[in-house]
Amino acid sequence: MRKTLILGIILAFSGAAVAADVGLVKVAKGDVRIERAGAKLPATVGMGLIISDVIVTGADGSAGITFTDNSLVSVGPGSVFAIDKYSFDTTTHAGEFQGSLKQGRLAAVSGKMVKQSPESMKIRTPSSIMGVRGTEFLVQVDAKP
Amino acid sequence: MKLFAALAAAAVLAGCATAQLVAVVPAADGHIGAVVVKHWWTEKVLDSAYGAHRIGSNGFTETATLTPAEVRESFGTTLDALPGRPVSYMLYFLEGRDELTAESIAELDKVFAEIKLRPLPDIVVIGHSDTVGNLAFNDRLSLARAERLREMLVDLGIPAERVEAAGRGKRELLVPTEDNVSEPRNRRVEINVR
Repeated sequence: MRKTLILGIILAFSGAAVAADVGLVKVAKGDVRIERAGAKLPATVGMGLIISDVIVTGADGSAGITFTDNSLVSVGPGSVFAIDKYSFDTTTHAGEFQGSLKQGRLAAVSGKMVKQSPESMKIRTPSSIMGVRGTEFLVQVDAKP
Repeated sequence: MKLFAALAAAAVLAGCATAQLVAVVPAADGHIGAVVVKHWWTEKVLDSAYGAHRIGSNGFTETATLTPAEVRESFGTTLDALPGRPVSYMLYFLEGRDELTAESIAELDKVFAEIKLRPLPDIVVIGHSDTVGNLAFNDRLSLARAERLREMLVDLGIPAERVEAAGRGKRELLVPTEDNVSEPRNRRVEINVR
């Protein structure tokens, strides 16, 4: 039983190591957490992010992320932002970036994939979908009353 | 009466939307991009400086132009958290060697100072050569140039695992030339900092 548990833990960790980082936390101020596979991890500068991570900031929190295609995304206080899909080919610059802002504020600067093919970056909110043709934009989603 | 109340509640819910605001802002270089907002069956293209699209909690939509002060007011903290824009630097080398030119040595301090300002930079150094010599020689030379810069960056205090070095040989000329042409502008490294 114990052996199985340890093996399970090893497998879980090696699985996490295999998932490639799509972005890197460059700025983390105040309360910033990353929700990953049911766990809430405190975000630290230098932490790698993977697909399906959710960035959650508290009332005093803000965070900035660089993605592998040079896209930049930051979120302000009281925000929930999920990385739904991400792929980027460093040779052809083809890729797909889908994120969703459930609430809060986001600032973004699109990167190489949007330069290569407009609207390959999409941001969803509860009310709409934004297709990004470049380059800098802001989104605010009010918390549900 | 009960049914009426339920219908009224349903109508209110249907009309209720999560309020949101989308705005396009000028980039650092002044470039104005575009964002397409798709809401139900409507599509609105925002492509002017501070052009904004708002969806109210009542479901009504409107377009507006914000002022820089309004943007600062609601997005100040968010904008302050944006990481630094990726930058790249170019440094040049002496012919056939992995030694920098005097001009590039003079530039090193400025480049390094800027890199040091970044929280946790990740760096890719790509070495290049001119077309003097065969492919294998230039592959080696360009990698040696990149490695040279990588060592300097590590000496500067940047963790080794955050600096990648690669050589592109004579495959990516800055100035296209025939084979076996000495061209100072092709003997270079690009330092890409994110």
